[in-house]
Amino acid sequence: MSQKIDLDHGRFRQIIRGKIKQNLRKYISQGEMIAKKGKDTVAIPLPQVDIPHFKHGDKQQGGVGQGEGEVGDSLGQDGEEQPGAGKAGDRPGDHLLDVEVSLQELAEIMGEELELPRIQPKGTEKIVAWKDKYSGIRTTGPESLRHFRRTFRQAIRRQVAMGTYDPKNPVIIPIRDDKRYRSWRSEPLPQSNAVIIYMMDVSGSMGDEQKEIVRIESFWIDTWLRSQYHGIESRYIIHDAMAKEVDRDTFFKTRESGGTMISSAYKLCAKMIDDEYPSDLWNIYPFHFSDGDNWSVDDTHTCVELLKKEVLPFVNLFAYGQVESPYGSGQFIKDLTEHFDEDERVVTSEIKGKDAIMDSIKEFLGKGR
Amino acid sequence: MTVKRFPAYLRDIQEEIEGYAKGYGLDFFPILYEVLDYKTMNEVAAYGGFPTRYPHWRFGMDYEQLSKSYEWGLSKIYEMVINTNPAYAYLLEGNSLTDQKIVMAHVCAHVDFFKNNYFFSKTNRKMIDGMANHASRVRRHMARHGQDVVEDFIDTCLSLENLIDPMSPYIVRHREKPERDEEQEQQDRSGRLRAKGYMESFINPPEYLEKQRKKREEEEKRLKRRFPEQPQRDVMAFLIEHAPLDPWQRDVLEIVRDEAYYFAPQAMTKIMNEGWASYWHSKILTEKALTAAEVIDYADANSGVLATSPGRLNPYKLGVELLRNIEERWNRGQFGKEWDECDSMEQKRNWDRRTGLGRKRLFEVRKLYNDITFIDEFFTLEFCIEQKFYSFGFSERSGNWEIMSREFRKVKDQILRMLTNRGQPVIVVQDGNFENRSELLLRHVHEGIDLDAAQARDTLRNASKLWTRPVNLHTKVEGKGKLLRCEDGNLSERGMEYT
Repeated sequence: MSQKIDLDHGRFRQIIRGKIKQNLRKYISQGEMIAKKGKDTVAIPLPQVDIPHFKHGDKQQGGVGQGEGEVGDSLGQDGEEQPGAGKAGDRPGDHLLDVEVSLQELAEIMGEELELPRIQPKGTEKIVAWKDKYSGIRTTGPESLRHFRRTFRQAIRRQVAMGTYDPKNPVIIPIRDDKRYRSWRSEPLPQSNAVIIYMMDVSGSMGDEQKEIVRIESFWIDTWLRSQYHGIESRYIIHDAMAKEVDRDTFFKTRESGGTMISSAYKLCAKMIDDEYPSDLWNIYPFHFSDGDNWSVDDTHTCVELLKKEVLPFVNLFAYGQVESPYGSGQFIKDLTEHFDEDERVVTSEIKGKDAIMDSIKEFLGKGR
Repeated sequence: MTVKRFPAYLRDIQEEIEGYAKGYGLDFFPILYEVLDYKTMNEVAAYGGFPTRYPHWRFGMDYEQLSKSYEWGLSKIYEMVINTNPAYAYLLEGNSLTDQKIVMAHVCAHVDFFKNNYFFSKTNRKMIDGMANHASRVRRHMARHGQDVVEDFIDTCLSLENLIDPMSPYIVRHREKPERDEEQEQQDRSGRLRAKGYMESFINPPEYLEKQRKKREEEEKRLKRRFPEQPQRDVMAFLIEHAPLDPWQRDVLEIVRDEAYYFAPQAMTKIMNEGWASYWHSKILTEKALTAAEVIDYADANSGVLATSPGRLNPYKLGVELLRNIEERWNRGQFGKEWDECDSMEQKRNWDRRTGLGRKRLFEVRKLYNDITFIDEFFTLEFCIEQKFYSFGFSERSGNWEIMSREFRKVKDQILRMLTNRGQPVIVVQDGNFENRSELLLRHVHEGIDLDAAQARDTLRNASKLWTRPVNLHTKVEGKGKLLRCEDGNLSERGMEYT
């Protein structure tokens, strides 16, 4: 049974949604959402939802408590959490409103705000299950599925047509032909699989800020793609002059020094695709983030060759994001554009700072592939 | 809403508990219990106890918060009771029998308080219907003018809902001017001094009379220009009367004001009301209703209710301890001139006149007092020390909330300040035709604490939406007089002497 509160609650969620949409750019560039990520939800601090009142400033106000302690003892709360003076047991103190939003909803909001197109999955759809759906009516069937109302409707229609219906004495008796039964159809539940392969340059020139940008951006990419595919896998590759696969945590935390050979990562990526993700069953999304300072021109050539022959034919989209580092932006993005300008499977984006993350996401995902 | 039938075994407990309560002299409206599951409980709580409130997203927000904190195990609403006749009380389904007993005893005392405390005497006891009427009026406005428009307007009104005069139902703020006798009036009007006929032209020469007349006129003009004549505390009423509103807007504003007044006594008597209820639930349970098997559960629940934590004032605890203290004092005769003038702690500690007036005094207190007068009169030095009260504040130096003082005077002042005007700043309408430009001038009656600046700005914006002309707020920030002004949603600020 639907409760009255559901309407008000729905209204509240709608307002929240509007606010998030309005401030999406801020949230994306600050990355504060990610810190509060739960399993399927994120908590978003929204300051302006509550209704403003004239009230006393907290810091001057102080309060009264009861219990042990010397004058000057701290009450164990920092400036953020003000003790709700005189309000115990009443209602939670005043604070930023942490609103929980599911990742699915967040993806929808982002999709609307950035006007991202829905992705058309490629390849054969892998059929995983059949589902029975009661969707029709037929004239035969087991009595347990008899549709009472439709049966009587049929009967009354027949009686009226035959002239045997007497409104003063409305007795309706269905006969065999009047009976109607529910019927079902088995529908296939299609499922498409997708894998995101994240690659990141962890050479000395990629600092913490650069990694933070990658982290934020990959969070949003993840959120969006997850909303588009049912089962999705993520793989993580880090590289300097060598590439290796790592888990998610390591991916965002590792800091190595040393040179940069991008080809090493592409090799590993190609191998991964070849070994584990046959492209007729999988939608494959390699994302590569680097500051674009490749070791040598030769290596860049190897990269281009690798992409052309072993990566691009199998993937939906190959995305390269170049993060600006303190040492400036590298050459690699230009090389890629030069070779793949015509190829719509390749997207490149320069990320100048946190504020540019949102535009870069739009560049990556705006093609709907 | 799913409402469970009130089960027979609970009805038995109700009868039993109410029997004990009446035996102690509690006097309450008939109580109707409903057993709710936690979802419905949260819903009703979000609506402030009235399932029939008007539609508004804020209730949805409260509901989400309540549900979250229930699901995370942070809080649970055991009971709720509203001030109506008959009183409706809600019980949480699945509470243990001991809990339900505590709750029922607690509720009896609350309803007794609603019925007998003076500050509830002016409230509408048919508020369930009142709320439902409000809801249908709001719905009608929404149907006619659009949900978004009306909801926005409600937001604006709610922003000012604390700008009422909670004491106004009980007192007359501005008395009619007393009738003055005719002759006196005459003389005042002309400025003529009393004189014998032949002295008239000497005592009241024409020039003098002319001067007096002019002075008089100016005075009258000055008085007339002032609008409202006296600063008005009920800002909402002022807006209802004088702001250029559509009829439906005026109606909504009236609804919001009406509900604010209905809930005001609860805020004014929080400590007493909870103290009174806690006093009686423990009395009834420990003296009568508990079986041996239930004692531990009772003690557990009761200690939870009365627990204190740093930086929080638990109204249940403060209330119940103070009431017990009063009972003890009046039982032992620790009051009156002699007691007040006694300086010897030793003598005071052993003071016992066996007056036995405790219970009687308690019933008087619950009838006549509100939180402020309650604390002001009965919060004594001895009580403050015994109960280990302290005042705390924010220390800029350490960036922490710290215990500031255990000095009796400071602690008491701090409590009283928190309770004054329900802890809200006092804002009055100073001038409805500020600088002769039909702007509104509000004045924050500064009592040592600045306003929360960000909130003040947003609220001012809302006030100017209602007034439609610019609204000014005269306040003091860090010791300096300031005039905040909001015109068409744009805020500006300038210094203005605050006296």
